[in-house]
This record gives sequence, C-alpha cells and structure tokens, in this order.
Amino acid sequence: MPHGLEGYRGLALKALINIGAGIGDTIRIKKSSGTIYEGILVPRFEYGDPECIVLKLKNGYNIGLKINDADVVEKLGEGSKLTYKAQPTPKTVLNLPKVPIIGTGGTIASRVDYRTGAVTPIFTTGDLYSMVPELGEIANVETKVLFNVFSEDMTPKHWIKIAEEIASQFGNNIQGVVVAHGTDTMGYTAAALSFALQALPVPVVLVGSQRSSDRPSSDAAFNLIGAVIAAVHAPFGEVAVAMHKNLSDDEVLIHRGTRVRKCHTSRRDAFKSINADPLGIVKNRVYRQISSFFKPRNSSNSPKINPVFEEKAVLVKYYPGFNPEIIEKLLDMGYRGVILEGTGLGHVGSVCIKAIERARDMGVFIGMTSQCIWGRVNMDVYYTGRDLQRAGVTPLEDMLAETAVVKLMWVLAQTDNIEEIKKLMLTNIAGEFSHRLSYRWSA
Amino acid sequence: MKVKVGLELHQQLATTYKLFCGCQISLSSAEPEYKFIRRLRPTQSELGEVDPAALFEFKKGRYIVYEVDDSSSCLVEMDEEPPHPINGEAVEVALTVALLLNASPVDEVHVMRKIVIDGSNTAGFQRTALIATGGYIDVENKRIPIQSICVEEDAARLIKQEGEAIYYRLDRLGIPLIEIATAPIIESPREALTVASSIGRILRTTGRVRRGLGSIRQDVNISTEGGGLIEVKGVQRLDLIEKVVEYEIMRQKNLLAIRDELDARGCKPTDIINEPIIDFTEIFRNTSSHIIRNAVKSGGKVLGVVLKKFGGLLARELEPGLRFGGEFATRASFWGGVGGIFHTDELPGYGITAEEVAKVKSLTGASELDAIILVADEYSKAEAALKAILERALEALKGVPDETRGPNPDGTTRYMRPRPGAARMYPETDIPPLRITEDIFLKVKHNLPEHPSIMLKNLVDVYGLNRKLAEQLMDSEYLNVFKLIMSEVKVPAKFVVATLTETLKNLEREGVDVSILTDSTLIDVFKYVDKGFMVKENVPEVLKWLCLNVNMSVKDALEALNIQLLTREELEKIVDDALVVKSDLVNRMGLKALDSIMGFLMGKLRGRVDPQLLMEIIRRRIVEKVGGGRS
Ligand SMILES: [Zn+2]
Repeated sequence: MPHGLEGYRGLALKALINIGAGIGDTIRIKKSSGTIYEGILVPRFEYGDPECIVLKLKNGYNIGLKINDADVVEKLGEGSKLTYKAQPTPKTVLNLPKVPIIGTGGTIASRVDYRTGAVTPIFTTGDLYSMVPELGEIANVETKVLFNVFSEDMTPKHWIKIAEEIASQFGNNIQGVVVAHGTDTMGYTAAALSFALQALPVPVVLVGSQRSSDRPSSDAAFNLIGAVIAAVHAPFGEVAVAMHKNLSDDEVLIHRGTRVRKCHTSRRDAFKSINADPLGIVKNRVYRQISSFFKPRNSSNSPKINPVFEEKAVLVKYYPGFNPEIIEKLLDMGYRGVILEGTGLGHVGSVCIKAIERARDMGVFIGMTSQCIWGRVNMDVYYTGRDLQRAGVTPLEDMLAETAVVKLMWVLAQTDNIEEIKKLMLTNIAGEFSHRLSYRWSA
Repeated sequence: MKVKVGLELHQQLATTYKLFCGCQISLSSAEPEYKFIRRLRPTQSELGEVDPAALFEFKKGRYIVYEVDDSSSCLVEMDEEPPHPINGEAVEVALTVALLLNASPVDEVHVMRKIVIDGSNTAGFQRTALIATGGYIDVENKRIPIQSICVEEDAARLIKQEGEAIYYRLDRLGIPLIEIATAPIIESPREALTVASSIGRILRTTGRVRRGLGSIRQDVNISTEGGGLIEVKGVQRLDLIEKVVEYEIMRQKNLLAIRDELDARGCKPTDIINEPIIDFTEIFRNTSSHIIRNAVKSGGKVLGVVLKKFGGLLARELEPGLRFGGEFATRASFWGGVGGIFHTDELPGYGITAEEVAKVKSLTGASELDAIILVADEYSKAEAALKAILERALEALKGVPDETRGPNPDGTTRYMRPRPGAARMYPETDIPPLRITEDIFLKVKHNLPEHPSIMLKNLVDVYGLNRKLAEQLMDSEYLNVFKLIMSEVKVPAKFVVATLTETLKNLEREGVDVSILTDSTLIDVFKYVDKGFMVKENVPEVLKWLCLNVNMSVKDALEALNIQLLTREELEKIVDDALVVKSDLVNRMGLKALDSIMGFLMGKLRGRVDPQLLMEIIRRRIVEKVGGGRS
C-alpha cells in the first residue's frame, strides 16, 4: 500500500490506488449527485469511516467524502515536498550554564504541517531555541532524543536506559539535567530514577505537558522553562518533576521524584506532591526552595549509579469482593514481592490472610500502602491490621503505592534475602517516606 | 465604482448544550467565581514559519486573564480537558439550514482548529467544521451562491484591556455558531442588506437560533475596483450592513483620490523609505502640551518623521468622523502601543505652539507640501509607532491596503489588524469525525421547516395578521416564541405580534436589554393577560420591569409595580357602590346604562381591571337590580 494511505479501506482505497494518489496530491472527486470537490488528499487517522476520502479544501477545511461506484476520482497534481531548514543554535548561549535535555517521548515542542495536519516533534537544539526563545537567556541546552515512547509504553528497561544516559552526562561540566517525558507514567519514572541515581552532583528534572505542544495554549514551553531554571538554580541533587502549579501560566512546582503523583486526567496542575512539601517553585523565572529537607547538589559528589529493577514485583489494589486466589496465582507465577494498596489505614479482608501467610512462607515480600493516597498506614489500630502484620505484611509508612512498587523492583534487584528486603523497604533512600505529616499536605 | 461584497453570517444556535461540552448556556455579569492567567505562544508551521501578527502579539508580553462562572463553563472551556464529541443537535440545525439553502452536505464532518491567538479562545484556536458547500439563495431575481456552511464554537467574551492584560469571560466560549458565507458577488449596499435579511429569515424558520444582542454577527468583505479587500468584522446589527458598505466604498474612493494626488505631486516610495526618525525632544523641553510634557517627564522622547509631499492630505476626511490622519494614528497605536500622534496638518494645537511647529519644520527642512508626524512616548514604542506610520504611508501610494476593520456604531469603521495570511487550519485530532449517515440526513430532510414565503402566508391565513405585521414578525427574533404563545393562550395575534416587535424594540431603544426575557417569561406575560390577571395596557411596563430584574416572575412584577388586578369580590363591591351612586341612571335606562357606567368605572380603574370581567359584573348587577327585560 502506498505510504500514508494506511487509514483507507474499501472503495476509497481502491479509487486512490487506481489513480496512484499519495498524501499531499491534489484530487478531484465528482460525486454521482453532480457536486464536485477539489482538495489535497490528507491521511486518515484511526477514527471515523475508512471508506470516506478526506480532502483538505482550498478554504482550509477537511471533509470526508464517501466513495460509491458512480463517483469519479481524479488526480490533478502531485503534492510538493515541503522543505524545512533546521534553525542554528544561537551563539549567545555558549557562556550560559550547560543543561542537556533528554527526550524520551511526548512532544515538548512541535511543528504543524497545515496541509496534512501532521505534527512533527521538534528536537534539534536550534529548533528548540527558535520555539522557546526564552531558553536562550537561561541555559546552554543541548537536546538528545534517547527514544520516542508513549508514556504508557514505558517499562523498567526504559528507566535503565534513561538512568544510564543521565549518568553519562555527569562528567560533562553540566549544571543540571532535564528529561522530557510523557505525563502518564512520569511519576513512576521519577521514582525509579530516584533509586537508580543517588548522591547526585546536580538536579535531574523531569518535565512534561498536559496540553500537546502543537497548540498555542500548550503548557509545554512554560513547564520546560521552569524545569531548565530548576536544573540550573535548584540547590538539591535529587530527581524531581516540574509541572504547572495551578491553571495559570505563572508558577511551576518542582516535586520530589518519590513523592509526586498524577492526580488528574487532564488538568495542567495534575501533578501533586503527596504527604510532602514540593521541593521548590519557579515564578517569574526565579527558583525558590520550599522544602528545607533535601540532599544538596555538589559537583564533587561521585554519584551512585545503580539502575537495576526486578520486574517480578506487583501492585495489587484491594476492593470489596477481592478474590485472594489472585495473590495465590501471583505467587505461582513467581512474583517475589507484592505491594498491596489496601483500604483506610492499610487493610485487606481477612479472607486474604491465608494467601499472605503462604507468601511469607515462600519468602515473598508483602508491603502495605493505602488507596486513600493521602496519609500514613497504621496497622496497629484495628484487629485486621494486627492480624495482617502477624501474617507477614510490612506497613510502608506514608509511601505512595506507585513509589512503593517501583522501590520494590529496585530493592528486589539488590538482594534475595527477605530480611534485607524488608530492611531496605523501610530505609528512607530518596525521601520516599517521612515520620511526620504536616496539616498542609491534606488532599 | 464597481464593488463586490461577500457576507459571512454568524448566528448562535439555541441548542441545549454547548458545542463541545456539557455546559448549558448563560451569560453572566456578576463577579466571576474564579480567574486564571494564560499566555498563548505562536505555533510553528511545518516550514518553520510563524504568523507575524501572532508573533508580534506574543512578543508584546501580553497575557490573558480568563474569568470563569461555574454555571456556564467547565474544564473544556478552560482548556483543562479535551473537548467532547461535536454536539449532534448543532449539526442537525446546520444540516437543516444547508438543505434550506440548497447546499450539499459533506459525508463526514471533520472538526478543524483555526489558529487564533488573540486570547479569545483558550486553546489558541477556534474549533470549526464544514457541514455543506455549493448552496444558493435567490434574492430579488438574482441567485447568490452560498459557498460554505460551517458549525463553529463562539469565542470568549472580551471584557476589558488593562495594560498588558486582556480580560475575557468564558461564558460565551463554545456556544454553537452557524457560519454562512456567500460568494462575493453582491454589488450594492442595499443588496447586501437584502441578502443578509433573507438568510436571517431562513435561519429563524428553524426555530433553533438564539436571540439578543450579539447572537447574530456579520463579517462583511468589501472590495472595490482598483481598491483593496477589506474585511469588516462583527457587525452586530442587520440594519448597519448597508451603512458599513456605503461608508467603506466612500473611504476607498477617498483613499484612491489621495493616491492620485500623491502621484500628481510626484511622491515616490523612495521618498518614504529613506526618511529617518528624528528626535525632537529638545524643542519640547518647556512645552505647554500636557501629553508631551508627561511623556518626557517619565523618560520618554518626542520622535517624528517627515512624510514628504503628504502636506494637507492628513486632514482630509475619508468617511464621516475619520480623517486620513486617523488611519496613521490607529496603526501607531496597534504596532507601537502609543496613545496617539500629532501631525502638522492639525498643528499648532493641543498645546503645541506655532513657534514649536516652526522649530520642528526648520530642523527637518520640511516644506509646506510635506507633513510631519510626532509621537511622544517611550523611545522603543515611539520608534515602533513611526515605523508603522512609514509603512502606512507606503501603502497610501498604492491606494487601499487590505485590512481587517471593526465597525463603529454609526457604520463607519476603524483599523483592527492586518488581514491574516492563509487561515492556519489543521485537524482537531481530539474529536472523532462525524459521519452524516443516511438516517441523520433523512431525519433532517423530513423535518424541514416551511419555506419563509409559505410561513409568511400561513401567518396571514392562520393568525389573521396583515402582511406588514407578519413580515415584521418574520424579521424579528420572536417568530418561534410567537407560535408557542399562540398555542397556549387566547390573546389576539395582532396584540402579541405588536408586543414582540414594537414594544420590545421601543424598550431596546430606551437601552433596556430585552434579550434576558426567556421564552417562558414571555409566554407567562400573555397567560396573565389571557386569564385576566393583567390588562394589555400594563404589558410594556411589566416587560420593562422583568428586563431590569433578572430571574423574577410576572407575579413579582405585578406586585412590585403595584398593578395587581382587583379580585372579583373587590370589583363586585366597587360596581355595587357605583350602581348606588348612579341609581337614577340605572333605574331610568336599565341595561342601556351599561356603557356609561363602564366608562365611569374604567376612568377610575384603568390598569387594575380586566375590562371584560368588569363589563360582565356590571351587566349582571344591573339585571339583578332592575331586571334585564326593561329597555
Ligand atoms: Zn463546558
């Protein structure tokens, strides 16, 4: 099939193949009713009726036309190739602090082909400066596309590659690292990097956008500027996430990688620090530290790079009617650790106790977090909690369930010893839990 | 002078929900419940191009404050949630209009994003979809092609501009609009009006359009032979179209005359391009002009430029209230953000003395045939303003520059912005295309409203209206509610029409916003009349009160205005008293005294009684008193 016609089917596809049409060509369709349409052939996306040919008319509109046997489809002309000239990097930035920007997916900047509607991600350094000229006053950035993966397709293998790429940058006299990431699983990646990369010489700041960069209202550029400022000026040497504080384009919050969670499907301010203060905030291009508890950046730090993850760890959400055989099956599948997202203070129904005892006897780690999201688990208050602890469940303080499962993957890759695993899970490695909850951090 | 006019009509649709979300439609003037701030960033095209006007706005550091009311806007309008699928009800109305205008619907509707970064759309683009093409309407024996019929979302409401901040209210954003574009073959101001009102009638026959100021807006494209292409955006009153076209032809004629004059004076582009921007600040150190003194005091400069051979032309009138100099002033304020300009055709004046003018002239060596334009402001602003002025002067050599202009209330226009380049449109990939299936098409086709001419005839035949009243009703926004009223009450049709057209129009003239009257309120008013709880004479006063007191009922109005009707018991008592006073007459004339007593009582009770009820009581009481038989 000619390139670009993948979305077409049936008579529409047949007609297009017959006349040798490709995307961007000028097409004329004479309907049996007598109406004549002329326009540029554009690609069909996943949606809609694949037997309709989509034309972009001269007035700019796309329309879909259902093709019948009696309709006449003609090709009037070949589409011209658009030639885009990449922009040079401005010279003025050479004396500014160096900040590599690593692309992993999601588009922090993009161009729109107004003829076909195709959106091309921008990721050359010069193009990024031309799209977000403010960067030229902040840092000497250099872009590198590591891969282009949808957020939901990220796996621990990708975390490892990102960690290795960041680690390889540390020697280059950089002031900070920015990682562009799709938002859906950015919190998980941030947690993973927090365990994989410790004793950091500079901040590592993940950034994404909730509105794609092909629209003028995108939050991408504003978040990116905030991320680069944090990378240059923040006093911490930790992994963080930079996203809108609220709905306005005026403040970017910098969240600790182990404490941040995406809490809204679509809002710009979807990312929240849970059970913790954000690390800092960027406003009017100035970074201000909020949390007084952080690991300071230090260029003489020799970072501990340890990007290993055991994928046989699982996160299980409990609900009324939950079938404990699910846990049994997971044990049969060879899972070495289970994070339960329990109710309230950290409970699952007593029907689960047998399965949990079996896990304990097999040397499988079972940790408890809460589906309440905010607050600490406490398994000493009620009978069930005490029974669960006796059966072998480890309460995981005020740790996010998502962070807990990522941490467990990392811990399981460090040791096979169940006592060592428990100890590590309860050791505060990257600010993933605390022993004090402030009133400020409520939902 | 040959002229070509094309119309683009935008009409809000009266659907239950907005076009891309589940919000109902209500406009608010109360304090907004919350606000947020955005900056829109120009997007780059595949070729790396950015729209220059868009980039210019962005660089000015402009930001937008959006005002939100929870009842009329949700996360979709705030650009915090992707749009929902297109509102099928709106598409059906558009299909109805398409068929009434003999147009061919597309088979699949694709929603597009049209880049608009003035802030009026939170997304930075307006969502719009083409529904049908290739229609026509016959107006006075001429066929006017309808090029396109689209459905699009209305923009946010501009509230105010303060410094770098532009305030928009989100309540209007997302209201479905139908956009109808005619071919540019209209040849006179009068014809433009006739075409617009014919299309308006067709829209109203659907019964699915919103009413009130701003619910219909026309863009008028006007080009003249040898002149330019001007788009006048957002004409809100139908009757203004004729004037807009007339004045625009006048303006273009005058601009062409100025071009010819400049030509005759031998003015060349090089005379303009090579003119330097000169600093006159020293001359105005001790000026008595307040504007200049304040500008200089706060660190500004007085900059100027010579327009060679433009002397005397800047004072020429282009259209009523607009001199040629005014065109330079609007450009200067758009591109330089300056408050205004001074030019030698109007100097000395505004506190600038003849001596200062002479010094300016001698410093530049300008002659009587030249004009000098001065701007007092921050250096960079004044400089940008003067560059825009030189640009405009160059265009004057060619005649009429293509522009987007805005209408003034009298039909004259003012510069708004340069005409946008090719519309930047790309697919809205967040919304699935909508297939116009055979089922949808047939449903619309079988439910088409009557053609306006048949509807007019029916109004005459069914309701006994005369032709003039029927036409008035057709051209008003109340045809639909008229039919609703007539189906529910027994009040003379003529009275209902006169109320819906003349009475409401009079209130509008008084400056009352009648658009807040809902259908159900209007129906209630006539129900009160029908049931005898209100007399016709009080209807205008009650309507006015209801316009000024939002969300109140007819009952509230009657109480507040103290025009509650007397009850039957009260009336009986009053009648009995009157019959005592007039007992001679009644005894003498029996029922023949009815008219006289009626007249006597109506004089006292007008506005507080239902005349029919009063008549009935008097009749009964007389009969009871003296017997009906006597005559
Ligand atoms: Zn809404």
